[in-house]
Amino acid sequence: MTVIVKKTTQLIAGIIFLYGIYIILHGHLTPGGGFAGGVILAGSFILLILAFGSDFLHLLREERGSTLYENLAILIVLFLALSGLLAGANIFFGNWLPHGTPGELLSAGFLPLYNIFVGIEVAASILTIFLALVIFKEEVMK
Amino acid sequence: MELAISVIAGFMILGAIYAIHARDLLSAVIACGIVGYSLVICFLLLKAPDLAIVQIVVETITLIIMVAVVLDSSREEAYGKFDRRAWITAGTAVAILFALFWFMWMASADLSPLGDDTLRMANAYIDGAVESTGSVNLVTGVVFDFRGYDTLGEATVLVTAVLGVLTILRIRGRKG
Amino acid sequence: MTAYWLCFILFLTGLYGVITRRNLVKIAISLSVMEFSCFLFLALTGYREGGVAPIVDVAEPVQTYVDPLPQAMVLTAIVIGLATTAMLMAVIIRIYRKYGTFDIREIKNLRG
Repeated sequence: MTVIVKKTTQLIAGIIFLYGIYIILHGHLTPGGGFAGGVILAGSFILLILAFGSDFLHLLREERGSTLYENLAILIVLFLALSGLLAGANIFFGNWLPHGTPGELLSAGFLPLYNIFVGIEVAASILTIFLALVIFKEEVMK
Repeated sequence: MELAISVIAGFMILGAIYAIHARDLLSAVIACGIVGYSLVICFLLLKAPDLAIVQIVVETITLIIMVAVVLDSSREEAYGKFDRRAWITAGTAVAILFALFWFMWMASADLSPLGDDTLRMANAYIDGAVESTGSVNLVTGVVFDFRGYDTLGEATVLVTAVLGVLTILRIRGRKG
Repeated sequence: MTAYWLCFILFLTGLYGVITRRNLVKIAISLSVMEFSCFLFLALTGYREGGVAPIVDVAEPVQTYVDPLPQAMVLTAIVIGLATTAMLMAVIIRIYRKYGTFDIREIKNLRG
């Protein structure tokens, strides 16, 4: 890509990443949540890969990392759900943390935690799919 | 409200018909984008901002993936001769479509008009939801508290789809 | 009622594409059109006349909210739709590398 595209991407990608984090953290207060924010996070990474081209070995390392994060995040969601079964009200997906005042950032017990980890999981999944497609094309080129 | 949604749905049908009949695969993919982005406006009119945010980003990424696949190929739609098998397929399609249309015509007698509360259990998810989940956004409350099992299942499907993509694309063929 | 009918016609358009097209990319596009019509139908059933978006203002609650249950179902289904479309595209690109065509009838002939 040209210098203009690269420079614009450098300016914009960080802001998109920050916006995704905002959407995830405020998921229980405003429209959005783990699914929407996760896709936006993946979008910022995809923008960087599209603009700066593909360094093959670098992509392989990134793919290993994103697969790891994806599996860890889904396991943590499962453990959080199981913790409701073991502690508190003995309900799978039980929400036994104190709820706090509705409308504040630190409220709603487990819901922000679920939002964060589902967001990481969605972002890592979509990034992994995209990286697999890019690496496949690179391998064919060689 | 119903008029606006009907007009946008009409645009979506036109876009879908063009996407199915386009000669060039790239324009077919972009016409599929018409359908997706019109759906975003429909979600906004139907008071579903959560869905609008997700759909607009997902549609963009879907278009990127589809264009990446199509640009790799020769891009031309394979129009063969309209032979006997094509006639049989088209006849079967029209017959199935008419059968489904008849079912919809029968079912539409029981359908409440738009804006009526079709789903009568909705109040159970709204009354007292803020006290029991602590979440101001009712959709997040349903996704992660009332219907957490569904979300866990969907997350598992997502992981399975990623495993499928990795298996299909990264496996080495026998010929290398 | 018109909106429901147009939504159903959109579904039928996608189904027609899946049955009659021979190009794999066209079939994937038709499948995603069918998916969009299902999302639209679920969102339509959740709509209420005069309702507001399901976000509660604790200070001054409103009487009617739009139904949050179909929205929650569609929210997860959209992301799953992206993953399945990407998987379909992965299968298609693999088939194109092997046979050099998108036409399902030619692929059937090539296998012999």
